[in-house]
Amino acid sequence: MITFEYVEPESLEEVLALLEQHGEDAKVLAGGTGLINLMKQRLVQPAYLIGLRQLAHSPELAEIRPNSGLTIGALCSHRTIETSALIQHRLPLLATTFRHVASVRIRTAATLGGSLAHADPNQDPPPALLVLDARLRVQSHHGEREIELSDFFVDYYETALEPEELITTVIIPPQPADTGTAFLKFLPQTHDDYATIAVAALVSLDGDTIIRARLALGAAAATPLRVRAVETALRGQAPTPQVIHAAAALVAEEVDPLADFRGSVEYKRDMAVVFTQRAIEQAVTQARGASGNV
Amino acid sequence: MKPIQLRVNGQAVERDIPDNTLLIDLLRNGLDLTGTKEGCSVGVCGACTVLLDGQPVSSCLTLAVTADGCEVTTIEGLTEGDRLHPLQKAFIDYGGFQCGICTPGQIMSAKALLDENPHPSKDEIQSWMMGNLCRCTGYYKIIESIQAVADGKVST
Repeated sequence: MITFEYVEPESLEEVLALLEQHGEDAKVLAGGTGLINLMKQRLVQPAYLIGLRQLAHSPELAEIRPNSGLTIGALCSHRTIETSALIQHRLPLLATTFRHVASVRIRTAATLGGSLAHADPNQDPPPALLVLDARLRVQSHHGEREIELSDFFVDYYETALEPEELITTVIIPPQPADTGTAFLKFLPQTHDDYATIAVAALVSLDGDTIIRARLALGAAAATPLRVRAVETALRGQAPTPQVIHAAAALVAEEVDPLADFRGSVEYKRDMAVVFTQRAIEQAVTQARGASGNV
Repeated sequence: MKPIQLRVNGQAVERDIPDNTLLIDLLRNGLDLTGTKEGCSVGVCGACTVLLDGQPVSSCLTLAVTADGCEVTTIEGLTEGDRLHPLQKAFIDYGGFQCGICTPGQIMSAKALLDENPHPSKDEIQSWMMGNLCRCTGYYKIIESIQAVADGKVST
């Protein structure tokens, strides 16, 4: 293991001051399931490790709060989100998606903010959060700003986050009535593995017309991938099998997967189309029976 | 170096440790609690599972400094004197282990499950235990062992 100095501030202000002081020499430690692995492999070698453990009960960083939509503190663990009655009721898509992540042991430690900052394109939560139009509130010593999640992922393990910034909250806006969602994780191997391909879809209907569509994939490119071409092809259309089939076919041109033991490039591209079609179909079915929840 | 104070299997422990010490190394090398095994070292295999304030964690991914002030339970903490924990007894009675290297992690994960949900269904056991790998592939017997405890079939 590399050497570093571990510090554990008592307040958010102290965390932000330390990030301001040390910049790229510092990394923030939440659950550690991503960062400690990167440090063991010497891919990341911070001189200072800023532990967030003392902020675990901060209302802003650790609570799930209902408003017109929902805000989720960045220090909420995957397990907290998966088992939250509020999330299960208001955003069952997220409860389902987070339940698909790794194992109970990892979900207990890994945090929402940590996983987003980690920006591994194979993760499950980003596609689901992308179709929900999630925004991130990030803070630094100088103030705060909001980043659309669709603008956040820059490249493989790279984000729009500046070295002195910390993700504090994830904001999920309210969804219209008659909205349906789906998250499908295609896993030919074990359930705790990353996906061969993962797809999240959201469809809002007005009568039998799609008035809003969102589609995003995981394990499909260097970043979690929102596919606007599919969204555009669906918008304004009736969700017939032909329309869904034609729209899903468009992802083949958009994905850029890596070949690995979970599948070849060609296989992943084919499965991206198949699972996109299924995800849209499921979202449409759910939207038709929706009671206003997604 | 950092001073830490924690409780391990009910015993108070105070140590000065290097900042980069992993919990598994503190347990195995610092406290001679070698029941906890290191397998993959990347949080996938579950062999190093211990309970941190009652929650299952990969001790290979946990910095020991972040256990400061916490209660850590390892496989050694399950016996009461010479009396085995029902899960330990069940893994023996129902053949829940073969080579044995994954067993401490399996039992600690199972303990976390039964602490939270004393009567899980078979599906719930399988879903919870999927993060603990057994290279001997003795999964059926592991599930049976846990099910036996959940069903109250094991007395110690």
